[in-house]
Amino acid sequence: MKDVDQRGASRPEDLGFGEEAALLKRTARRLFERRVPTDALHRMVASTIDPIRACVWDRALWDEVVELGWTAVGVPEEREGFGMPLSAVVGLVEEVGRACLPSPLVATACATYVLRACEAAAAGELLERIAAGAAASLALCDRRGSWASGDTEVEARVEGDRVTLRGRAYFVQDAQKAEVLVVKARAPEGVGLFVVDVDAAGVRVHPDAILDLTRDQAQVEFDGVELSLESCVAAAAGEGARALRAAEPAILVLIAADMVGAAEWQLQTTAEYARTRVQFDRPLGFFQAVKHPLVDMMTMIDEARSLVYDAAWAFDNAPAEAEACARAAKSSASDAASYCSGRSVQLHGGIGFTWESFVHLYFKRQKHNEALFGDGVYQRERLAELWIGPIGGGDVDPSRSAAP
Amino acid sequence: MDGSTLPRDPAGPPGDSGDQAAFRARCRAWLAANRPAKPGFELPLGPIEIATTEQLEYLRAWQRAAYDAGLVGCDYPAIYGGRGLADCQRVANEEMAAAGVPFLPNIVGLGMAGPAIYHHGTEAQKRRYLPGILAADEIWCQGFSEPGAGSDLANVQTFAERDGGRWIIRGHKVWTSLAQFADWMILLCRTDRGHKYRGLSYFIVPIAAANGRGVEIRPLIKMTGGTGFNEVLFNGLEVDDSALLGGVGQGWGVAMTTLLHERGAGPLVTPSTGGGIGGDPAASLGPSGLVDLARCSSRYGRRAADEPVLRDTIVRLMIRERGLAATKRRAGHEALQDQPERLQLQSKLLLSELLQDAARVACEIQGVTSTLHRADASAPAGGRWPLAYLNSYGFTIAAGTNEIQRNILGERVLGLAKSK
Ligand SMILES: Cc1cc2nc3c(=O)[nH]c(=O)nc-3n(C[C@H](O)[C@H](O)[C@H](O)COP(=O)(O)OP(=O)(O)OC[C@H]3O[C@@H](n4cnc5c(N)ncnc54)[C@H](O)[C@@H]3O)c2cc1C
Repeated sequence: MKDVDQRGASRPEDLGFGEEAALLKRTARRLFERRVPTDALHRMVASTIDPIRACVWDRALWDEVVELGWTAVGVPEEREGFGMPLSAVVGLVEEVGRACLPSPLVATACATYVLRACEAAAAGELLERIAAGAAASLALCDRRGSWASGDTEVEARVEGDRVTLRGRAYFVQDAQKAEVLVVKARAPEGVGLFVVDVDAAGVRVHPDAILDLTRDQAQVEFDGVELSLESCVAAAAGEGARALRAAEPAILVLIAADMVGAAEWQLQTTAEYARTRVQFDRPLGFFQAVKHPLVDMMTMIDEARSLVYDAAWAFDNAPAEAEACARAAKSSASDAASYCSGRSVQLHGGIGFTWESFVHLYFKRQKHNEALFGDGVYQRERLAELWIGPIGGGDVDPSRSAAP
Repeated sequence: MDGSTLPRDPAGPPGDSGDQAAFRARCRAWLAANRPAKPGFELPLGPIEIATTEQLEYLRAWQRAAYDAGLVGCDYPAIYGGRGLADCQRVANEEMAAAGVPFLPNIVGLGMAGPAIYHHGTEAQKRRYLPGILAADEIWCQGFSEPGAGSDLANVQTFAERDGGRWIIRGHKVWTSLAQFADWMILLCRTDRGHKYRGLSYFIVPIAAANGRGVEIRPLIKMTGGTGFNEVLFNGLEVDDSALLGGVGQGWGVAMTTLLHERGAGPLVTPSTGGGIGGDPAASLGPSGLVDLARCSSRYGRRAADEPVLRDTIVRLMIRERGLAATKRRAGHEALQDQPERLQLQSKLLLSELLQDAARVACEIQGVTSTLHRADASAPAGGRWPLAYLNSYGFTIAAGTNEIQRNILGERVLGLAKSK
């Protein structure tokens, strides 16, 4: 049988996932399993069915996460962080997803990679705050759901060394848990990125009613928020857009990692149910209409997981490949998340359809993750541009097509 | 940027040990200088498509040359014809795949008989058979399946009867790839009708030498119209105890070792080149070829590369292809795996389905021209894709059907109840 060819820069066997990263991942799994077992999570986030609900999360656990230095993992050493590779952060985020953890860790990690791509002093200062435990999030999206670097509904008016922000950012993740935002705003020079404290005067957080019980999302209104020009982390023409493009692969990989971790929980939990629940005098897993979808869940997860670690390596080591690798990972993880979510409910039968069951917590988190920063269809459309070229990008050359 | 044209790192992966790096450099230098000249005839799609003696001899000469250069069987001990290296076959495979050289024809020998003999054979058997397998001096075939025993392999009824110091074999094997060229067969047969599993024994039997004297080989024609597999009738073939591999009644265990390696999950890495058709990487049957195909195919009057649904489909396949390559790397690193065997046992399933889907999509890209057989001079891309699509079902059925692969994964990795 023929093998698929390898391509791109050659990767080390461990894909940059070393001993320390493995230890971090193991520690995270143990901590989350102990502190937020799924029944406790259910009690915490599913206590009400009211979609207009307060943002609930375990602040004491977050303090512990900060104490352990986990917000500093991806922060460079010169900014008081551990400067570990993206694959290490990915390992940690996989465990966050596996635990379905309500926490600003993923949003903070995403913000970290945007700040790392900025050169201004304010970016470095915020990285130091993050390393010390500040929860951050990105306010980049417009109301149409576009994260594209030029799209924003926030205006930045610059007068001397003062900046005033007006407008709204949409679909801001974990806005009620974050203490500081990195805000994309249109400045005269082009798109700029600004550091804004959530409790600054003129900032108003309007929570969205969302399906996912394990996070919060909001519109954030900037009603004449006054900043000094120093809080601009990307001011020069084109710099904001450049920083966002550079960070996007890391953001996609982090969200994909959350999905892969959550999908693994869906697989293991559903497999356990298929091993123990008996119908027609046999465990469900005996029946191939149950067994084979479980195997397909597994193979889809493994594809996504391999692509996630591959893309994390590329982000740190082969920047020219990072975008394609990250989009492939997000596409694959979105497909895996979608499939695993559907099967996890279906294969649990009636109990899987109840509020009382745990599977819907993961189902909803996965659906949310799928949509963030572009679902599979979106990523593949972008990859088609990269790999195939634009639609209408050439004529058919029949002489080539006839060649053997 | 075109995903298929990214440059390769000249130094090789950073994970190579010193020995592996030196070995890799030697492989690379040798392959650069010794790529065989293209033959004046068409090469088959893969080892089990070999149809003519001319094809076989060309490929045999190539395996021989690669063996002499130390690229085939390098991890086997020197007394069995190997080079006594550690974890270098994988490196040789990577280099051969990257160099796009022809495939190795003796796949049943390299991938099944060799590992079975290495793990279960007597010292004499190892010395007798392994060198000939590695050098392609002797071609091997696998006599497992029967009309009544396919997925349910343990149901084989071909019977070896004890007669003094000899065994007399009678029965009917089917789908035997390469039997028409083979010198030897690994044969699973029954020595006791009272026990399904413990009643099985494993033999090494001569095929070419016994043809017409206890063995009859009849070609079967595949749905592609090609030859390649056969039925093999045993009507009283006589062998002695030296033909037994493992003890009497131990056949099922030896067969499991064989199948584990056939499915790419055994401890011994099978030498392989991984190339495209006949090792021509330009003729790859994987998704990487689809982009060029879509750019130069007109589909119902429109360029296939402009069709949004096809673009999505092609990209999806390319992601799967990259996923397989990334999984292969991940499988080498324990910290990135949760369960043993989980990744290894997926490889046959995923690769065969990927190739099948890629070939099907290639036909869609070609639109109405995908109706043309390779024999039609106007068939685009040499008429390769429609036949590749037909042929792809061989891979999803052979070596344990993909349904059986899913059973195995569900039972061994996820611990689900056996489907039987
Ligand atoms: C190209 C090719 C080359 C081959 N070469 C060789 C060779 O060299 N030597 C050799 O010994 N054999 C060879 N085979 C045979 C191959 O191993 C068998 O065809 C295969 O194991 C399936 O057996 P079967 O054909 O009897 O199908 P069956 O077992 O009858 O299966 C028919 C269908 O039922 C499904 N099925 C059967 N049992 C189950 C189950 N428990 N759960 C779910 N689905 C099930 C199968 O997946 C399949 O779809 C070759 C086959 C092909 C196609």
